[in-house]
Amino acid sequence: MIKAKPKPLEEIIDNVKDFNKLLIAGCDGCVTVCEAGGLKEVKILAAALRLYFTQAGKQVQVDETSLTRQCEKEYLAQLSDRMDGYDAAVSLACGVGAQYLAEMYNHKIVFPGVDTCFMGVNEERGLYSERCQACGRCILAETGGICPIARCSKRMLNGPCGGSDKGKCEINPDIPCAWELIYERLKTLGQLDRFERPVEPKDWSTSRDGGPRKIVREDLRI
Amino acid sequence: MRLQYPPTVRIIEVPCTGKVDIIHLLQAFEYGADGVIVVGCMEGDCHYQKGNLYAKTRVKRAKEILDKVGLGGERVAMFNLSSGMGGRFAEIVKEMTNKILELGPSPARGAAVKAKAVRAAGEATT
Repeated sequence: MIKAKPKPLEEIIDNVKDFNKLLIAGCDGCVTVCEAGGLKEVKILAAALRLYFTQAGKQVQVDETSLTRQCEKEYLAQLSDRMDGYDAAVSLACGVGAQYLAEMYNHKIVFPGVDTCFMGVNEERGLYSERCQACGRCILAETGGICPIARCSKRMLNGPCGGSDKGKCEINPDIPCAWELIYERLKTLGQLDRFERPVEPKDWSTSRDGGPRKIVREDLRI
Repeated sequence: MRLQYPPTVRIIEVPCTGKVDIIHLLQAFEYGADGVIVVGCMEGDCHYQKGNLYAKTRVKRAKEILDKVGLGGERVAMFNLSSGMGGRFAEIVKEMTNKILELGPSPARGAAVKAKAVRAAGEATT
């Protein structure tokens, strides 16, 4: 899932301090799971903003809501009769949701309330790590189910490099060497012969190198 | 024990301090509290293993938020007491009351009432 972390409160306050009617909009999807932008975080941010404005002697309306998903028009449409009543909104959804909210209500100012970080897993509560970079052409079948694009610091296709030390990456001893993990996994699977076939250069045009991407699925379109 | 402590404190019982969330602490200030103390069991003695440790991290985060919104993080504090430490509880209430008296009323007092009035005014004009 998409992982995000809350933006510093002072940054949000700085963005919204000159508005009189604010909507704090959370998302019940990915950002709820990583506890950065769900209804609970909306309530905390709204309470903090109300305390800030009251102590500053300002009368500002701060309302709270959370949508099932901010990356879908149908759910964003639930705000259509309310948005006119606000000067600005703070979206606690990921960058995708915040942009779609701004796109749908383009006469309103939308501020991001979280920093969207990566696609990753919940290792444990409060500990998330990256697993996928959405390169557009998955090679997990070749690498024992461990992605060298997301997990190797150099995105090497034929690793490990000389910076691998006792199974750790040279950039940080807390980061496991992806290629060491791949080697161990292929050994477990009895597929070490894959190391004898060099991986061909990757076509990066399906990644960000090809510009903003779009999926068109004719079989699904109505 | 018939211990005396100031009537300034309003006690809200929870099954475990692990139930206390940041939102509860912030809402207490919205609804007019000038200070909040969270009193949990001794560290290592939680019946639910880690409830008081969760509360500790939430109180820490609430302090950071209160600092940033201009109320001051010293208005919220956590103490760890056992059920046999009634005397210390009375002392803590006295200490906290004196501390809050020194700090003065919360500058965000009545935030909830004001928010309600602002919303009602907004609805009347639309």
